[in-house]
Amino acid sequence: MNKIIADSTIQVNEEGYLTDFSQWNQAIGTALSTEANIVMTPRHWEVIDYLQAEFKKDIPLSIRKIGKSNVVDIKEFYALFPVAPLKTASKIAGIPKPASCI
Amino acid sequence: MKRLVILGAGTAGTMMANHLNHHLHAPDWEIDIIDERKTHYYQPGYLFLPFDIYEPDDIIKPIQDFIPKHVNLIQEKINRVFPKDNYVELGNGLKIPYDVLIIATGAKIAPEEVPGMQGSGWQKDVFDFYTFEGALALRDKLRDWTGGKLVVHITEMPIKCPVAPLEFAFLADSYFKNKHIRDQVEITFVTPLSGAFTKPKATAALQHLLDEKNIHIESDFAIEQVDNDRKVIVDYGGREVPYDLLVTVPTNKGDEVMARSEMGDDLNFVPTNKATLQSLVYDNIFALGDATNIAASKAGSVAHFEAEILTNNILHFIHGEPLRAEFDGHANCFIETGGGKALLIDFNYSHEPVEGEFPFPGVGPLRLLKESRVNHMGKLAFRWIYWNMLLKGTHIPFVSAKMQEAGKHF
Repeated sequence: MNKIIADSTIQVNEEGYLTDFSQWNQAIGTALSTEANIVMTPRHWEVIDYLQAEFKKDIPLSIRKIGKSNVVDIKEFYALFPVAPLKTASKIAGIPKPASCI
Repeated sequence: MKRLVILGAGTAGTMMANHLNHHLHAPDWEIDIIDERKTHYYQPGYLFLPFDIYEPDDIIKPIQDFIPKHVNLIQEKINRVFPKDNYVELGNGLKIPYDVLIIATGAKIAPEEVPGMQGSGWQKDVFDFYTFEGALALRDKLRDWTGGKLVVHITEMPIKCPVAPLEFAFLADSYFKNKHIRDQVEITFVTPLSGAFTKPKATAALQHLLDEKNIHIESDFAIEQVDNDRKVIVDYGGREVPYDLLVTVPTNKGDEVMARSEMGDDLNFVPTNKATLQSLVYDNIFALGDATNIAASKAGSVAHFEAEILTNNILHFIHGEPLRAEFDGHANCFIETGGGKALLIDFNYSHEPVEGEFPFPGVGPLRLLKESRVNHMGKLAFRWIYWNMLLKGTHIPFVSAKMQEAGKHF
């Protein structure tokens, strides 16, 4: 479905995750973070950059993997994105939420 | 004579030995398969062992029974691969040079990754069912257990057979109903993901099962530790879930030999091209099954479809022809839902599981993403297919390596 955000039209799924990462830009990320009640700081963006880089390499993400990334430790990750951090950060980053096969 | 070496004689390695045995012969080729274990385990049976549905004898057979006689089975520990120098070093120091190497070393649980998981409660009130020993210990525990808080838990993805923990919860519901103690048992399913179901079509079709079976869900739970004294699992956000009996799926990792050989990622999985199954680093190395880092499910059916495609690609490679980027992530799995019923799902990299008919569009007889008794019969019949067809590389009629889109309600 279409969603209009930050003066752009993006494609999102039922839960509001971008379905086409190429439509993402930082203004859209900022607007999505506002919807999640998060005020972005440079540290937030460093984490988002890391998630996007891993996504582009087709590497599935988990919280423990992020903790070992040397980008952010898990405590700080929770401090930056307090509610369901991986899901929330994925939505802001414009990448799919981590999923299983069903 | 040239040599092709297969590391690991589990599901994937055994299938490759059987496939390639038809194509690569003396005097041009020798095939070696290396595995230190003597026993082949039918891993889907680990789900049934704790509930006394299968006996140990149903799920174990000697590895050598499934290796063709012209393939050399070397039963030694694999110490290290030297991929730049094209040889494998065994535990006894022997060096096995290769022209082509296939990595099929699988995945295993690593409970040591979570503090407290293998603590004082391990195999007393904290169990896994992803090992033969764990499933058997859990069977003995369940036989005498009188009830309380049962917590079924996934540590982190990826895991083998991602649906198995949910199947365990469904079968537990049936098991305790049959023992007339269901009202004494509270079942909670704890997952690092956003729910028991994460795909829209499966969620819509299957969410009702959780309500019917009274299974409580704790989602987005990233475990930090198991507190054995207080009998709680704790997540990084400070959330706690209490248990009397914890059945956990620990972190899954690739084999240690990949770490020793500096060929794995941070979980020892081998970086692999998701469509050709060639190593991303070494041209003459290929990988399949649970050992790879590709985003397909870690499941026997995936290894089966990969084996058909990888066999062709190995032959292309040997003949100097371009590889075919044919693997589409196809998986096909029966999912037990308890009460003598099961679901069937069929999906790949780009298509989530949907409703429809299988294998014949519009006909079936199996229904996709719907509970039925026929699907349960299919799951039980699958054990025979595994031992008698799958491992031997026999093509399963009407089931193609690439996913068929007809008959599916996208």
